[in-house]
Amino acid sequence: MTPILSLRDVDKKYDGTLVLEKVSLDVGERDVLSVVGPNGAGKTTLLKIMAGIEAPTGGKVIYRGKPVGKENLDLVRRRCTMVFQRTVVFNTTVYKNVAYGLKVRGFPENVIRRKVNEALELVKLIGYEKRSAKKLSGGEQQRVALARARVLEPELLLLDEPTSNLDPKTTSIVEEAITYTNRYKGTAVVIATHNIFQARKICRRAVLLLNGKVVESGSVEEVFLRPSPLMAGFTGVENVFMGDSRPTEEGTSLIELGGGLTVEAAVSRSGRVTLFIRPEDIIVSKSPLKSSARNVLEGRIVEVSDLDSIVKLKVDVGRIFVVQVTKRSFREMNLNVGTRVFLAFKASSVRLL
Amino acid sequence: MTSEIVEGVRRAIELIFTGDPAVLDATLRSLYISGTATLLAATWSLPLGILIGSGSFRGKRTVKGIFNALLGVPTVGLGLILYLLLSKSGPLGVFRLLYTPSAIIIGQAILITPIIVTFCASAMESVEPEIKDLARTLGASEGEARLAVLREAAPGVALAVVASFNRAIAELGIALMLGGNISGLTRVLTTTIALETTRGNFELGIALTIILLSIVFILNFATNMLKREWS
Repeated sequence: MTPILSLRDVDKKYDGTLVLEKVSLDVGERDVLSVVGPNGAGKTTLLKIMAGIEAPTGGKVIYRGKPVGKENLDLVRRRCTMVFQRTVVFNTTVYKNVAYGLKVRGFPENVIRRKVNEALELVKLIGYEKRSAKKLSGGEQQRVALARARVLEPELLLLDEPTSNLDPKTTSIVEEAITYTNRYKGTAVVIATHNIFQARKICRRAVLLLNGKVVESGSVEEVFLRPSPLMAGFTGVENVFMGDSRPTEEGTSLIELGGGLTVEAAVSRSGRVTLFIRPEDIIVSKSPLKSSARNVLEGRIVEVSDLDSIVKLKVDVGRIFVVQVTKRSFREMNLNVGTRVFLAFKASSVRLL
Repeated sequence: MTSEIVEGVRRAIELIFTGDPAVLDATLRSLYISGTATLLAATWSLPLGILIGSGSFRGKRTVKGIFNALLGVPTVGLGLILYLLLSKSGPLGVFRLLYTPSAIIIGQAILITPIIVTFCASAMESVEPEIKDLARTLGASEGEARLAVLREAAPGVALAVVASFNRAIAELGIALMLGGNISGLTRVLTTTIALETTRGNFELGIALTIILLSIVFILNFATNMLKREWS
């Protein structure tokens, strides 16, 4: 079967710097492909080229067997829709935002109304039609953006970090909507993400992009579960550490991360390992908790960033850990930069690659 | 003096509501002259503002700096320059424009050009750069994408036009120097207020001031409402 979109040796140069180098990939019907890579790897540029928004400086983009050029660029743009990482909304109502793409395609008003309703239902924004999109929260705006792309029923949906700034609840709404769109509407999806867990949850295939080059590609399992040295050096994911592991008699492992920091993992492993700890698996407190958590680390908050309903904290415990708390507990615990806190997490939350 | 003011205001309100011909005449002429001047200025200032605000070219900062500086041009200064150009012996004297409504229109149009250009450019600059890519990926053609950007800037642009009209209708220097305050021909709100006050005819002055203030307030209010509606 001909793929929907193929890239062949695509290069992209900005002012003499090579952002993408000889990138080749195929997106087939109903495919769910994740493009994983740290910030600055070229993911956004890659998606923009696939969406027909930017032209490559070298190589070929092929849409359904035909090279993309002047005569079919408009068609590609209409069939491959991108949702940007930084959510942008038109300065108008939610309804008009979602209806925009249908309007430029010349759909009649009653069809537009039906489709917009359906799309808003999918992202759980029914009742928001007349609200000003600019005044919605970040998570709601991102859902508007997803509905606005989804309503066009594109063959290919290109999502750039669709959940990077969202709280867990909105993240799951967005992830569900993506999965639904793919399963029941047959839309092929490409997700650029630095969240490996999201990639594993939603996607079937993955490419790993580092410094503008595809360094790994294959099924999600092949790319993520193979402990490749490239993967280990990949720093875009939160709380990724490398360390030396030695098994204990209890069947767990103690892993030295450097800086006098040791964490315990629930599996037995020896040698050099790469581990992740999901921010949502870490409990933050101001005094050491009496709990069964095997890992309790003390440190100082070095950075606070405010998301929708949660607050993301960077805590220096010898290495920098990213953790999250709800806005309410953030206030109640009176946390701020410089506050001393304890991080607790179970040995089973330490995931080894 | 206090009773004079109270009496003046009372008589002024009477003049307004009885539709005094002098009041009506000056009001309508002011609206016509400043309205035309705003439309005229908009024809060249809007494209210029859009160009400056959306393009990136060499010397952009200098151009913006010049228009910014021109925002503060004193009306009498501009009036004097145009007077010299338009007077019979001046280089544009052949057109015999001095002391006609057209002279005031031209003068006010020049006066408010920097306002429209500057505000319009900053409205364009405040549009998020991703809007164009967004329109494109939603299926817009290049032309439709540019239109989407313009639509985002529309509230700011409307504000620029209203602000410039307010400046035009409220200025005195140009109307006085180029119009000459000729009754029934070039007499507008501001010039009549100035003249009647020096003559000691306060009630007419007060009546016209009330009208002038009302026009400015109503327009500002309407623009603010419109802005809220849009965003």
